[in-house]
Amino acid sequence: MGHEFVQLSLTPLLIGILAAIACALPGNFLILRRQALIGDAISHVVLPGIVVAFLITGAVSTWPMMLGAAGAAVIAVILIETIKRLGRIEPGAAMGVVFTAMFGAGVLLLEQSDTSNVHLDVEHALYGNLESLIWLSAEGWHSIMDRTALAGLPPELPRMAVVTAIIAALTLLFWRPLKISTFDEGFASAVGIPTGVLSFALVVAAAVAAVAAFDAVGSIIVIAMFICPPAAARLMTNRLETQIWWSVAFATLSATLGYIFAGHGPLWFGGTNAVSAAGMIATVSGAILALACLFAPHRSRTGAPREG
Amino acid sequence: MTAASLELAAEGGRTLHSAIDADSPLSIQGMTVSYGEKPAVFSVDAAFPRESMAAIIGPNGAGKSTLLKAVLGIIPTLSGKVSVFGEPVEKARRRIAYVPQRASVDWDFPTRVIDVVMMGLYRELGLLHFETRRHRDMACDCLERVGMANFAHRQIGQLSGGQQQRVFLARALAQDADLYLLDEPFAGVDATTEKAIIHVLKGLKEENRTVVCVHHDLATVTEYFDRVLLINVRKVADGPVDTTFTAENLQTTYGGRLATAQIDQLQLSLA
Repeated sequence: MGHEFVQLSLTPLLIGILAAIACALPGNFLILRRQALIGDAISHVVLPGIVVAFLITGAVSTWPMMLGAAGAAVIAVILIETIKRLGRIEPGAAMGVVFTAMFGAGVLLLEQSDTSNVHLDVEHALYGNLESLIWLSAEGWHSIMDRTALAGLPPELPRMAVVTAIIAALTLLFWRPLKISTFDEGFASAVGIPTGVLSFALVVAAAVAAVAAFDAVGSIIVIAMFICPPAAARLMTNRLETQIWWSVAFATLSATLGYIFAGHGPLWFGGTNAVSAAGMIATVSGAILALACLFAPHRSRTGAPREG
Repeated sequence: MTAASLELAAEGGRTLHSAIDADSPLSIQGMTVSYGEKPAVFSVDAAFPRESMAAIIGPNGAGKSTLLKAVLGIIPTLSGKVSVFGEPVEKARRRIAYVPQRASVDWDFPTRVIDVVMMGLYRELGLLHFETRRHRDMACDCLERVGMANFAHRQIGQLSGGQQQRVFLARALAQDADLYLLDEPFAGVDATTEKAIIHVLKGLKEENRTVVCVHHDLATVTEYFDRVLLINVRKVADGPVDTTFTAENLQTTYGGRLATAQIDQLQLSLA
């Protein structure tokens, strides 16, 4: 736990944890609003946006990619609404059609464009490059206080930290209206909460989390973190306030255990190579959800009178 | 229009048109709402006077709930003007309490009874005020009034349908409003709950508040309410129960759907 840990493991671990928390926070509300699929959709539709942004600017830089991803998300929402209205099919199906088609288009664009000299290919889109986000200039724990060493931090870390902090702050600030409108939208409108704006803002926050996390850890984690920690957290408690903290705890646990298992797990079983950290983090979050389904205190609400 | 001029108009023996009762708790003019091509509510005018307890009556699909939601601005309207105590709804929201249909929410939502009642204090708490002991006491008082004080810390999914309805009513009481709009508060509730709710609603009326309920049980109209609005997409009639809740009006409202025998059972005097 010294020099090597700080240099090779600290930053990917922190980025993984921050990405997991940034996705899990809006995920709580998306699941309760039965919109869990939106997180999934967003993490897929951003791919063509990012590729187009890359084609236009010729570089993998943050802001054009964020804008491209945001543009793609807006187009996706418009397409989903259009298909829903004109095709008269249910929202889930409309979403499924749009996000798979746009992800497919992104893959084709990526193959046809010259991205050989940058970190942009289908594999990265799916499971990111968490292991490569190392802090080369670090020489040990004391580097945390060292300006020159800090300058060598992978840019994904401060970016993810800012996005996570903003999402956490917004969740706190709009806690009350978010909770009321998620539970009872009609009542929320009646007391003057702008429910349309709020639900749009929630999707935007989810999109920002997805884009930031996508860049660092790939879309597999994004999808897993939107759904698994909040779903497991729901089974631990009957209060939304407590559920949020559980989801943050589960997100952190998944990222930490996933990262450790990916690096060391295969060695414990006699393997030689480490496995994808993103894949392992998603797997661990799934395992946590499975355990919660089996053993969590509020997994069933039976035995209570329903009608009468 | 001032109170004095209202009195003058009344003394003159002229009937006051609803639209000119400027300070009416709720007045609706030309309300039209449509889902798709067919109007759900068409050009409805109605006014509800102070200290009244009114029922909105009509067959399924007549647009009763839709009218309520349109009044509150929850759903988009094609046309129509709503005024609440002489003001547009946006300015009068703190004077309105709304009880949606019980089935419109997911009762598995991770929250406790007391937390739901606290939602009624949203206009007071806003975004950032902390919930204090005073707020919790207010919420507990409201639960007490509907006979649910012992359930404050239960998860809402553990309640029976009638208990859930009473929690919704407690939340509306926490809003401390002057106009109460309730969507089918008696639908699918037990006898105890029905008694508890009507007791609370009559109490509200005695405190000079106005209550408007979407209601489906014709048998209890004369017992519970003093005014009715009969609609079937269009308005059929509105006014005091004695003169408006008549066999002819019901026949017009329900068309062939309400057999004459059923109307006879209501033992209405023909107006």
